[in-house]
Amino acid sequence: MKVWKYGDNINTDMLFPGKYTYTCSTAKEIIPHLLEDLDSSFSINVKKGDIIIAGKNFGCGSSREQPVLGLKAVGIRAIIAESFARIFYRSSINQGLMLIESPDAVREYSDNDYIELNINKGIIKINRKEYLFPKIPKEINEIQNSGGLLEYTRLKLKKKNK
Amino acid sequence: MEMTFAEKILTKYSGEKNLTPNQIVNVSPDHLLTHDNTAAIIQKIQNELEKYGIYSNIMPIIVLDHVIPAATEKTALNHKKIREFVNKFKIKNFFDVGEGICHQIVIEKGFALPSKLILGSDSHTCSYGAVGTFSTGIDRTEAASLLLTGETWLKVPNSIKINLKNQLQKGIYAKDLILKIIGDISASGANYCSVEFHGDVNKLTVEDRFTITNMGVEMGAKNSVFPVDDVTINYLNSIGISKSFYNSIYPDNNAHYIKEYDYDLSLIEPMIACPHSVDNVKPVDEIEGLEIQQCFIGTCTNGRISDLNIAAKILKGKKISKNIRLIILPASKDIYEKALNLGIIQTLLKSGAIILPPGCGPCLGAHQGALAPGEKCISTANRNFKGRMGCKDAEIYLASPATVAISAIHGRITNPKEAL
Ligand code: SF4
Repeated sequence: MKVWKYGDNINTDMLFPGKYTYTCSTAKEIIPHLLEDLDSSFSINVKKGDIIIAGKNFGCGSSREQPVLGLKAVGIRAIIAESFARIFYRSSINQGLMLIESPDAVREYSDNDYIELNINKGIIKINRKEYLFPKIPKEINEIQNSGGLLEYTRLKLKKKNK
Repeated sequence: MEMTFAEKILTKYSGEKNLTPNQIVNVSPDHLLTHDNTAAIIQKIQNELEKYGIYSNIMPIIVLDHVIPAATEKTALNHKKIREFVNKFKIKNFFDVGEGICHQIVIEKGFALPSKLILGSDSHTCSYGAVGTFSTGIDRTEAASLLLTGETWLKVPNSIKINLKNQLQKGIYAKDLILKIIGDISASGANYCSVEFHGDVNKLTVEDRFTITNMGVEMGAKNSVFPVDDVTINYLNSIGISKSFYNSIYPDNNAHYIKEYDYDLSLIEPMIACPHSVDNVKPVDEIEGLEIQQCFIGTCTNGRISDLNIAAKILKGKKISKNIRLIILPASKDIYEKALNLGIIQTLLKSGAIILPPGCGPCLGAHQGALAPGEKCISTANRNFKGRMGCKDAEIYLASPATVAISAIHGRITNPKEAL
């Protein structure tokens, strides 16, 4: 597992350039351009189970969801940041991409530190220190448990039209 | 309990009582805005659309604006699919290529009204607080779900109060004010929050307010809102909407705000956001003289008649520098027509400007006026992110239409104060 570390205000144009937003919408089309203008090695070397650690306001900018779709598709296990921008946050709930807000853990982590993630218990372990992160609210958990917002909506429609 | 604007609106739309920040509520918005991304949205739910249809044909507002006229076969096909969808489901509020930028259309056509709730699959949906609407951005998947069900969840936000006093000086504009605020508060300073403007707002026109609320998301805000006053009422009257069509909701005097800021408008100077982040704001004086290659006046932030008029006043009888491309983009067909009737377009053309059709144009870097490596552009847009105008090795500076117009004459970033 690799940890990809980035700074503050990583915006949607860095995560997925705007010039492709109306020509790329499937995972296959998105992946080659993921983080293109931020870190050109990312889309080549990223592996399933990798983690992203970043500073404040991760995902700020456009409402484009390609970054979330792409990061989910390449198998990013979680993004740990000091804070997230709100549309990016909602988008991640909709796609079932795990976001963890933990400013302390972000500040503690330096390159090549040991890191372990227990999502069920809400614990990040860095070297020997443990950091707790809050559980997801139950209304939102329902969406994630259904497998994302579209699945959740499908279930809702089925129930309503029975 | 004393409530903020956001708490009152969400109480109204959720039917729940005693809301507190961070609580999650279910709401049905009055409208859902989507644009060229409608093609990708309906793609996700083709089977469900066949089976259940859409929730309402009045709720959606669809505006084709981002890549217009189509730049490639692929974008043309997207537009075609959207037109077919609109016809099949008899969607009432559809604006085809050339009508204008989606946010301008929502306000200009009277969809945004005081104390309404609008969600949109575009981050600058927060603009409609200019006329007292609670509006915010969502993503494509959520827009798809809303098309089918008409409802979604919102978290009750904390609120921030910004008190304005006095009046902007001559040659200083709403854009300078909002850049100053974002520079102070930072790009994440209002994250998840509802931002309310209070105080001496009556000297700010609806167009000024639009510029300010439009950039709310650049400080992380969920929504950004001005109180409804005579300025709002007169504006709505001018587009044919009388007071009897809406109610206004105001925050209580003792509502709770997590932060308050005070701004004396008379002290604001021309400001500019430097690469590559919107909160990297400096007084124009600090970088005056910097050579540029492209100037751009337009977008949902500053493509309105007052903006074009300011540019025309500065450029009248002058020529732009021979090293410059000046791109002008009226934010809607109505604005374009007005500008023609007022002689603004002729003045701009004579000065050497290029006029693009009403839409997003070069703003998102997908077509029209992309930058080359090493080039610098001064623009009236709301974002200067790396790569935003199609090239990661170019630089974008954000400023008022006056600063952009005067800079076009000199070929260098210039303080507009003397020109007016
Ligand atoms: S003008 Fe620019 S910021 Fe406004 S909606 Fe279009 S692309 Fe977005």
